[in-house]
Amino acid sequence: MIICRVSAGMGLECRSDISNAVVVISVLLIVLKRLGLGLLTLFVVSLLIFASVNMLPGDFAQAILGQGATPEAVAAIREDLGLNKPAVTRYIDWLSGILVGDFGVSFAQANFAVYAGDAAAQGGIGSVADQLLPRFRNTLFLASVSAAIAVPLSLALGVLAAMFANTAFDRAVNIATLSSISSPEFFVAYMLILFLAVLNPVFPSLSNIYDEMSFAERLNRSMLPALTLTLVVTAHMMRMTRAAIINLMASPYIEMARLKGIGPLRVIVTHALPNALAPIINVIALNLAYLITGVVVVEVVFVYPGIGQLFVDSVKVRDIPVVQACCLIFASAYILLNLTADILSILSNPRLRHPK
Amino acid sequence: MSEPTPLVKIRGLKIEGRTDETWIQIVNGVDLDLNTGEVLGLIGESGAGKSTIGLAAMGFTRDGCRISGGTVEFDGVDLVQADAATKRALLGKRIAYVAQSAAASFNPAHRIIRQHTEAPTQHRVMSSGESEQDAIELYGKLRLPNPGEIGFRYPHQVSGGQLQRAMTAMAMSCRPDLIIFDEPTTALDVTTQIEVLAAIRDIVEQFDTAAIYITHDLAVVAQMADKIKVLLRGDQVEEADTRTMLSNPQEEYTKSLWAVRSFQRQEKMPATAGTVPVISMRAVDASYGKLQVLYDVSFDIHEGRTVAVVGESGSGKSTAARCITGLLPPTSGEVCFNGEPLPADYRKRSTEQLRQAQMIYQMADTALNPRKSIAEIIGRPVEFYLGLKGREKRRRVEQLLEQIEMDPAVYFDRIPSELSGGQKQRIGIARALAAEPKFIICDEVTSALDQLVAEGILKLLANLQDTLGLSYMFITHDLATVRSIADEVVVMKEGRVIEAGPKTEMFTPPHHSYTELLLSSVPEMDPDWLDTLLESRGIENLGEAAMAAAG
Repeated sequence: MIICRVSAGMGLECRSDISNAVVVISVLLIVLKRLGLGLLTLFVVSLLIFASVNMLPGDFAQAILGQGATPEAVAAIREDLGLNKPAVTRYIDWLSGILVGDFGVSFAQANFAVYAGDAAAQGGIGSVADQLLPRFRNTLFLASVSAAIAVPLSLALGVLAAMFANTAFDRAVNIATLSSISSPEFFVAYMLILFLAVLNPVFPSLSNIYDEMSFAERLNRSMLPALTLTLVVTAHMMRMTRAAIINLMASPYIEMARLKGIGPLRVIVTHALPNALAPIINVIALNLAYLITGVVVVEVVFVYPGIGQLFVDSVKVRDIPVVQACCLIFASAYILLNLTADILSILSNPRLRHPK
Repeated sequence: MSEPTPLVKIRGLKIEGRTDETWIQIVNGVDLDLNTGEVLGLIGESGAGKSTIGLAAMGFTRDGCRISGGTVEFDGVDLVQADAATKRALLGKRIAYVAQSAAASFNPAHRIIRQHTEAPTQHRVMSSGESEQDAIELYGKLRLPNPGEIGFRYPHQVSGGQLQRAMTAMAMSCRPDLIIFDEPTTALDVTTQIEVLAAIRDIVEQFDTAAIYITHDLAVVAQMADKIKVLLRGDQVEEADTRTMLSNPQEEYTKSLWAVRSFQRQEKMPATAGTVPVISMRAVDASYGKLQVLYDVSFDIHEGRTVAVVGESGSGKSTAARCITGLLPPTSGEVCFNGEPLPADYRKRSTEQLRQAQMIYQMADTALNPRKSIAEIIGRPVEFYLGLKGREKRRRVEQLLEQIEMDPAVYFDRIPSELSGGQKQRIGIARALAAEPKFIICDEVTSALDQLVAEGILKLLANLQDTLGLSYMFITHDLATVRSIADEVVVMKEGRVIEAGPKTEMFTPPHHSYTELLLSSVPEMDPDWLDTLLESRGIENLGEAAMAAAG
């Protein structure tokens, strides 16, 4: 307040410097606070994951030995895997491992090595990280491709639907996106296969990508699952964009823009959209998280080697370390994306970026 | 002198508004002529159709309105028939608009100057650089502080009066032939208002711009307009040049508007020394978070008397009320009721203590639950404080409705949206009375109402005071209201009590310099008032400068 009364020149510069510094610091503080809260959430989630996974009925040794589960064999395997230790010890071992980047050993992989008497193989091929990482990379790739299509598409559709609100176009877009979100994912997937792979062979119907493939080839193979996911997530984002914009259309500054003779598209894009960003960003973050964590069905349909399939398979064989690691990754994805959304919505508010 | 073709020529303009599914005519055939460089004042009470006509002069209607007949010719182009592209080419470039609330009409997401340069660049009148230079020049002409820098701020970083001038500058950005001013100073304090009025009048004269100036304030329109048109519920009542209209109104309605400011109460004898005041604030400090907003505020309110607390926005009037009601516990000092200190926090007060102090709010619209019937709204405190139920409660509500001069048979089961603004405010009064309090805080209760309606409310409050022996704390920024109803006056500025005393003393010189500034800033009907004032104060000594000097 004092500084802004200093006239022109010097006063102006030092004022903006100070306020910029203040903004940077306050935003940093917010980020740190949220980050801390995120870590706390992650810790609580890790507890929940560990507890619930351990409450799953059945046990790995039983599952793997099947009919030949003699008490001795079961006990030997449990001893080997540390399953006979108390839960608290196992939790602490697991958590301290994660802190140094060691997600433990996959039961399913390690077991065969033990049976073959090759103890040295432990921690090699059997490590959870080795198993997860390529899958996770694939999942991220698919999520990115889907997001690159879905986010711009839903923003554009939302803006257009708001601009032509209550016209035939608006209704058509709404009906189309709502029907695609209401149909089961596998149905959408099979329809796409039918039209884009079988009747018109544009894209391959199988998406079994692997490391040696070129980027273009991967992109081509991932296209059908990506399109399926796009159809699933577009409706939510598009409708929020439309609603957030329409909400603002009655505000005085929009009327002012129209009374300045500004065209309808510019009114929406430069005057309404910047003020509607906060809710839109939040919905986008939720949907991006879904693209990482909710894609099991699509992966199965297209035989895509992502993390979802691995997760389901591991649950089936009670491969606890892998299940736990997957859960933790899913939780981190949600927390990280929501954190980003929070920070971006805060930054989209000029009152916070430029305090008085 | 040959008769020039008017710049704006409106003939038989009819506008309909939609309520539920039916269209109701709200403007019934208005004619209007405006020549280049002329300023026309459109006045009338709320619902007269002033703003609707102002916007229609731009060929624009709000959602839920439509032009159903007549023509609006601007420089020979009929804006009623013109297509959207033709209108867009004129709007912003040749016809500009200044809205009531600059704070709401500037886009919060962009810097002020970026919004200024938008119209010139979009209409290809100037490049963005040229327009920026021009904006800075205009800011200087409108006497904004730091003209070179102020445009690069965001709207929330600039005060209301400055923003209003920045919006006037924005309207000038393409040098339009016509500007519509839609109540541009209604939301401002009196000291700020003068500054904006002077700036608007200057710039309109300088560029020979025609203007339609819409307001409900006769004194303001007298300063601004060359000619005045009076409207009543969508009909034109009469039109004449400003001086004729003021000195010799023809129609009964116009005369009644002119005569409004007449209600004045007899001032009561000062309270006898030694009587215990109903409410007394003693050395109260209060803060919002770290920001201290009240400093050592003390005043007494005696039984059966009205204390008007006056001051501009941000002076701490409403905060003082929040301290009395216990919504904002003071950081030091105390509030006493009948000599007994009240707990600072309302949650610690007994029902009996809560019952004794009630509030009536400024916006009756938002202060009444839109989904409850009148009977429920008034019945709630009757039941809560007095424990009445069933038939007794009903009888009490009917009694209260009679007290506020509303027929219980008609209004008992209505909901707020079926009432007019004045009626809603009466319900607000009845709700406060329902608790049978000793003391009522009236927070700007008439400032959202038209003058005739406001006068009715003031008379009602005065009668209730006489029959029930109530004490009022009357928060207002309108000195005319103070004149008509107050017994004592407390003047506040920046959280401090500047001056306090009986009304007659306050309104006779010598005043404290700030009180003097407030009093002299209230517009008067004399069309030369603004000129005289500017001459006596000097053009540099308005608004914030004057406030600082008076502090």
